[in-house]
Amino acid sequence: MESVAETRTIDLKVNGKAYSRPVPVRMMLSDFLRHELKLTGTHVGCEHGVCGACTILFDGRSARSCLMLAVQANGHEITTVEGLASGAEMHPLQTALSEHHGLQCGFCTPGMLTTLVELLNDNPSPTAEDVRIAISGNLCRCTGYEGIVAATLEAAGRMRASAGERS
Amino acid sequence: MSGRIVGQSVERLEDRALLRGEARFVDDISFPGTWHVAFVRSAHAHALILGVDKTAALEIPGVHAVLTMADLEPHLSDRLLRVALPSPAYRQELHRPVLADTEVVHVGEPIAAVIADSRYIAEDAAALVVVDYDPLPAISDCRDAMAPGAPRAHKNAPHNIAAEFDMGYGDCDAAFAKAAHVFRESYWQHRGVAQSMECRGVIAALEPMSDVLTMWSSTQTPHAGKRVLCGLLGRDEDKLRVITPDVGGGFGPKLVFYPEEAVVALAAQLFGHPIKWIEDRREHFVSTTQERDQHWDMEIAVDAQGRVLGLRGALLHDHGAYTARGVNVAYGSAAAITLPYVIPAYFLDIKLVVTNKVSVTPIRGAGQPQAVFVMERLLDRAARELKIDRAEIRRRNLVSGAQIPYKTPLKTRGGMQVVLDSGDYPACQAAALERAGWEAFHTRKAAALAKGRHIGLGVANYVEGTGRGPFEPVSVRVAENGRIHVASGAAAMGQSTKTMLAQVVAEQLGCDMSNITVVAGDTGAIELGMGGFNSRQAVMAGSSAHAAALKVRQKALHVASHMLQVGEQALEIEGNVVRLKGGDGPQVELAEVAKAVAGLPGYYIPGNVEPGLQATEHVIINDMTYANGTCVVEVKVDADTGLVTVSRVVFAHDCGRVLHPKIVEGQIIGGIAHGLGNALFEWMGFDENAQPVSTTLAEYLLMSSTEMPPPIEILHLESPSPLNELGIKGVGESGVIPMTAAVASAVEDALSPFGVSITKVPLSPPDLIALIHGASQEKRS
Repeated sequence: MESVAETRTIDLKVNGKAYSRPVPVRMMLSDFLRHELKLTGTHVGCEHGVCGACTILFDGRSARSCLMLAVQANGHEITTVEGLASGAEMHPLQTALSEHHGLQCGFCTPGMLTTLVELLNDNPSPTAEDVRIAISGNLCRCTGYEGIVAATLEAAGRMRASAGERS
Repeated sequence: MSGRIVGQSVERLEDRALLRGEARFVDDISFPGTWHVAFVRSAHAHALILGVDKTAALEIPGVHAVLTMADLEPHLSDRLLRVALPSPAYRQELHRPVLADTEVVHVGEPIAAVIADSRYIAEDAAALVVVDYDPLPAISDCRDAMAPGAPRAHKNAPHNIAAEFDMGYGDCDAAFAKAAHVFRESYWQHRGVAQSMECRGVIAALEPMSDVLTMWSSTQTPHAGKRVLCGLLGRDEDKLRVITPDVGGGFGPKLVFYPEEAVVALAAQLFGHPIKWIEDRREHFVSTTQERDQHWDMEIAVDAQGRVLGLRGALLHDHGAYTARGVNVAYGSAAAITLPYVIPAYFLDIKLVVTNKVSVTPIRGAGQPQAVFVMERLLDRAARELKIDRAEIRRRNLVSGAQIPYKTPLKTRGGMQVVLDSGDYPACQAAALERAGWEAFHTRKAAALAKGRHIGLGVANYVEGTGRGPFEPVSVRVAENGRIHVASGAAAMGQSTKTMLAQVVAEQLGCDMSNITVVAGDTGAIELGMGGFNSRQAVMAGSSAHAAALKVRQKALHVASHMLQVGEQALEIEGNVVRLKGGDGPQVELAEVAKAVAGLPGYYIPGNVEPGLQATEHVIINDMTYANGTCVVEVKVDADTGLVTVSRVVFAHDCGRVLHPKIVEGQIIGGIAHGLGNALFEWMGFDENAQPVSTTLAEYLLMSSTEMPPPIEILHLESPSPLNELGIKGVGESGVIPMTAAVASAVEDALSPFGVSITKVPLSPPDLIALIHGASQEKRS
């Protein structure tokens, strides 16, 4: 039982903030974010990588935080759902999800959001089919996904429009 | 009939916190010094427990205790969780023990609780707890349980029948004797798992100053949970509080009180540390209640025109290992099967059979999807045999609009007569058919077939009993700062309950949703409550919220009229003020009104009213209100691979007055997704020893975004219920109810060139291939 108590200090950035923490080597990244950093917006639904609720952005790419060890995040940058809004102003995806009833219980929502942020970074003009494929690894038992797809298309449009205004 | 807030798709109160990661689900609650629990669960479906060796587990650093029944029993008033709803139908008592100590009767049954500094350590230690089992024969299939000489699911039980009863009316023998045609068929709908995305969980903490034990549980029924716990732990009502925090989906099983709640609450009391247990997904598969396994052997008698004369048969209902709720699921099936139709004679023999599987309690739909599946399959069969259009045979048998209110001879489980109170079922079916292009479909089907493609259209009707009474209390209080506080025994598990209550209250008290705070599911906030199940909360809590808000409104207007020296009739409430109608004149803030009725020592309360700007109401509605709908599904079936693609869903429904169109549509679409899963994918497998064989989400397939059909076409009919002031009927379960029936109908239609007959769900590709090749459907349990 010696090895399970072993700890390593990791340095990482979460939502732009630098942390240096000793962690047990076997601690999952999801547990580290939730219980050590108290960022409980990242949810744990299955702990075997199927449901997608725990999805975070790891150096900008979507990843299952329930399938990674916290020590693997050493030297990396993570974005969780808490990092999507700018202060009181929500990300266009967050606003659109509310408008399109793209969430009910909201448990899958953080993983949906991080997955969709990645999609819109990669593809600012997705089709409904693109969106469905992007979230096909994120399970939702409440919405039947329709509102999420509609919201994403709307948010993408708004983001393109505001990017156009800026350029 | 819309108001300014009621009937509008206003922003949900719940959304902002959920979207920003600021919501508080049970596992988000933590206190310093919390100890964590991992349960040791039975590896066998049926075995005697000869002993439990804790030695190795207790040696692990960070482990505080390994609790078995022997440790708990001195502190409990009862070894068993006696939570079964009353019924004369029981043939034996099957209450769950708080922890199993002599015999285990399903895989996953909790035997011991390891308590440690972290969940990691607790799981390490749980793996080292040695349970000495003596395995016994297990019952996996409820049909086998009925065979002569079958092993008993509980070793000392006299038989494997948990309960039996029959239901019916009219003269079935005469109806069948005179019938032009009698068709006979057996049907099976398979067992499924609720799969809320958040598993169950509980954290309990004893507050030493007040000696109040508080349990936060992801439960749909906090008040019922408190009642059970007070009894088990011998605590006074004011020394125990149960709170439902944000809940990540319920879908039924979270209405049940579970052994883990009792163990965690007692451990918090014993150790003085906050104690937390969060169910993992594998535990969800083996310890959270399940539903839907039913075998029906049925006969339908029809005249030459396809009018139903009688319906009779037998229902074998897989009850699982224990009675964790009651006979309610099977009762709900039996009482639902006839509902949309005029059935002159009906008889059903119902047996609830004990198996060595997880206990069965309601999952969204609660027995109704199975009943609708059977009824609609029988009608399709009769239509096929009589060469009548499938929609036409339904039209001939539906309860007509003119017959409403239609008093059926059936009774609810509480003995109230089933009266179909509102709606126009034929109009609803006609609307769905028209939108779906039913009439012209045969041309499209023939054209597709000419190109070697198999497309099909299916239809199913349902009537859903909603708004289970007798009441759900709501209190409305205007605080002295003008903020409106609403509390209810209703529990929110993701279905927008807080928004619904706030809408109903806001409509009467200023129409400002942002001025309203809702507490739903906290026994500390309101004394009585039932909770969330049976599509009841908008009907029951909504009615109470309306009544309470009206009382507060009347009082506010009355008091303000005294304060402003203006007649009540001339006043209105707008935002946070009471003012002269139109706003051009004197006004007083709600906060000032609330302060005025809070009283001052030695002075009159303005208007001579009772103190406090508040009201608590528990509107009693005993009768259920019946929602209805028609679903048309279009599929294409690949006859080579058995792959079914759902290409279109049209859903016409009537839930009375719609409080929030987007929430209603969301409930329906979510239910449809669940029902499509039940029809095509969701399979909770057990082997012949009752070992579960699908215990991950990679094995048990939920609907994902790519399997969903294109946007569902929802048609709203709106016949207000006469049973409540707001005219509401429940909608939370409606989407799921007709789906297996509609999909089976569509697939059978698509495969009509092969003469395929579908009698069970889910429909897996191998099953369909076998059917296409003429084989009978293989037994798979």
